[in-house]
Order: sequence, then structure tokens, then C-alpha cells
Amino acid sequence: MYKILGIPLFLLIITFIIKREKPSVHTIVIKDTIIQKENDSIFNRLMDVVTHQRCMNCHPNDNIPKQGEEARQHILNISRGSNDKGFEATKCATCHQKENNSYSGVPGAPHWALAPLSMGWQNLSRRQIMERMLDPKLNGGKDHKALVKHMTEDPLVLWAWNPGVNINGEMREVPPLSEEEFKSVVLAWFENGAVIPPNQ
Amino acid sequence: MTIALTVNGTVHSVTLEDKNIPLLWVIRDMLDLKGTKFGCGKAACGACTIHVDGEAIRSCSYPAKFANDKTIVTIEGLGTSAKPHPVQQAWIDEIVPQCGYCQPGFMMATAALLNKVPTPTDEDIDKNIVNVCRCATYYRMRKAIHRAAKLMTPTNTNKS
Repeated sequence: MYKILGIPLFLLIITFIIKREKPSVHTIVIKDTIIQKENDSIFNRLMDVVTHQRCMNCHPNDNIPKQGEEARQHILNISRGSNDKGFEATKCATCHQKENNSYSGVPGAPHWALAPLSMGWQNLSRRQIMERMLDPKLNGGKDHKALVKHMTEDPLVLWAWNPGVNINGEMREVPPLSEEEFKSVVLAWFENGAVIPPNQ
Repeated sequence: MTIALTVNGTVHSVTLEDKNIPLLWVIRDMLDLKGTKFGCGKAACGACTIHVDGEAIRSCSYPAKFANDKTIVTIEGLGTSAKPHPVQQAWIDEIVPQCGYCQPGFMMATAALLNKVPTPTDEDIDKNIVNVCRCATYYRMRKAIHRAAKLMTPTNTNKS
């Protein structure tokens, strides 16, 4: 009697142990899909900020800074110059100081300058932008830790959430995520391995 | 807040009731130096150009609080009637001004350029002298800039 009952019980226990130790392919696929969807969402939220004009205007591919929500060419034929800070006697700091100026409507933040040409982003896809950003040969030798620091602590980056008024006295548009939300998606995306979604 | 700044060689102590007030307001209304002009008030025309620690800046968009401990030169301090700065002399020689309102800013921008680029090409001038003149005296100004560059060469400087 015990032998008859013991065999199925034994098989049931073995099956339970095997199932616990080795999840089915179905379970793995679902889990991976969820992780991938989360990563896609985080990546896209991060890139919603990166591709906003507050960031893109100073990441041109043609050496000319852009202005406004419509990314028009900077007035007075201002250009990158030899050091990303304008020309010899007319440079970014001729007009742009360390903080916004509410009288003139001229924006300002510490070390106001264009991003280097290797970090030109205009007309690139989200994947191409992030590939450039992650490449130490193009991003000024930054590893993931340095990139996170740049994106979450650099006062010129964070200026995007305190852009001041324009020359008409109207507040400039801020990126679609709050500063704190942006910082949290940056941290989450890099903690997840900084994987660019395949469909970008 | 109170700031101390040196303007044309004189140290001034100025109390700022508005922490965002532009340096142009201080220069014109508090220090009574009217040579520097208010043009657009948006850092676009350059009429308010002065030098802060040797760099050309547009004083309508430069908060006065940042001028603390800085050395400022305005058009009144560039040269004197008896001994004009070479840029001022070149402006006189080429009879540049028409109405004259924007000219102090142009001369300050030019003096800053010649300190950085002693013999500027036309391209250097196009890039660096981006002030606006509604009388369109640009042609004469270009000639004056080249003339000033010659006046400032060591040979000419030694002669004067």
C-alpha cells in the first residue's frame, strides 16, 4: 500500500523541485518582455528630455547655436568658434552670464557654451544620439558614471528646468519631465545596463 | 547688497537695491557716465558694450552684482581728448559716425578685438564686430578698424 502511494508522491515532489529550479521558457519570455518594455519606457522618457529644444539648441551639427522653441539660427551669425565658446572678442560670455537675466531676457548658466561638435545631435535618431552619448571617443572620455553625473548635476544641463524668460518676457518652455523625474529615469536606465531598445 | 568696482581707474562703492539690475543702469544712472548707450536692452545691438576685466560684454545683460571686484572700462576711459585711443583716433580720421549713438559700443568692441587679434582680417571683423548701426556706417567702420590696427602696431605706437 505504502509502495503504491509512495511512487506518485515521489514523482510529484520531483516534478515540483524541477519546476522550481528551472522555470519554463514561457516564464522567461514574459519576464524578459516586461523588463524590455520597462527599459523602452525609461529610455523614451529620458530621450523625451534629451531631444527637447532646451537641450538640442546647444547640440547642433552645423556649428550654429539655435534659439527658441522653433530652433531658429542664433542672431548675429554667432557660431561655435575654435573652443565652442564663440569668437575671440565676441564670445558666448559677451552676452550670456552665469544666470538668466530677467531684464534683457538673455539666458545664462555657468560655463555657457555649445556642446562639442562630436556631440552634435540634430537630425539624428534617438538611437544615434544615445550611441554618440555613450561613446567615450565622442563624449569627452566619459564612462557611465561620468555621464550620469553630467546629466544629473551639471548646472548647464539643469538650466533646462530654469530657463528664465525670453526677450518678450515670456517663460521659456521646460522639458516634458520634471527635473526630479529626469534624474530618476537617468539613474534607472544606467542601472539597468544602459541598453538602447532595438526598435529605436 | 553693496559692490566695489573700478571704473576707468576709479574705485566706486555702489549699493544695489535690485540684485538683478544690469551694470548699464549703474554706469549711466548711478555713476553718471552717459557715454555708454542703451540701445535694444536685449544684448542684440551692442550699443552698451564695455570692457569687464578686458573682455567686451554687453552691459544691458550683465548683472551689476557680477562686477564686484572687477575692472571696468567705458568709452570715457578708453582714451582722452588730448590722447585718444587708436580706435578713437581712427574713428575721427575716417569720419565714421553719422548720428553717433551706437559708436561708443562699436569702438569698445573694436578695442577688445584688437587686443585679441591685432591685425584682423575682414572675416575676423565680420565675426567679432556684430553690433548694429541704424545709419549703416559699416563701410567706414571697417576702414577705421583696419586703420586702428595699423595705428596700434608697435612701430606706430613707438612713434606716438
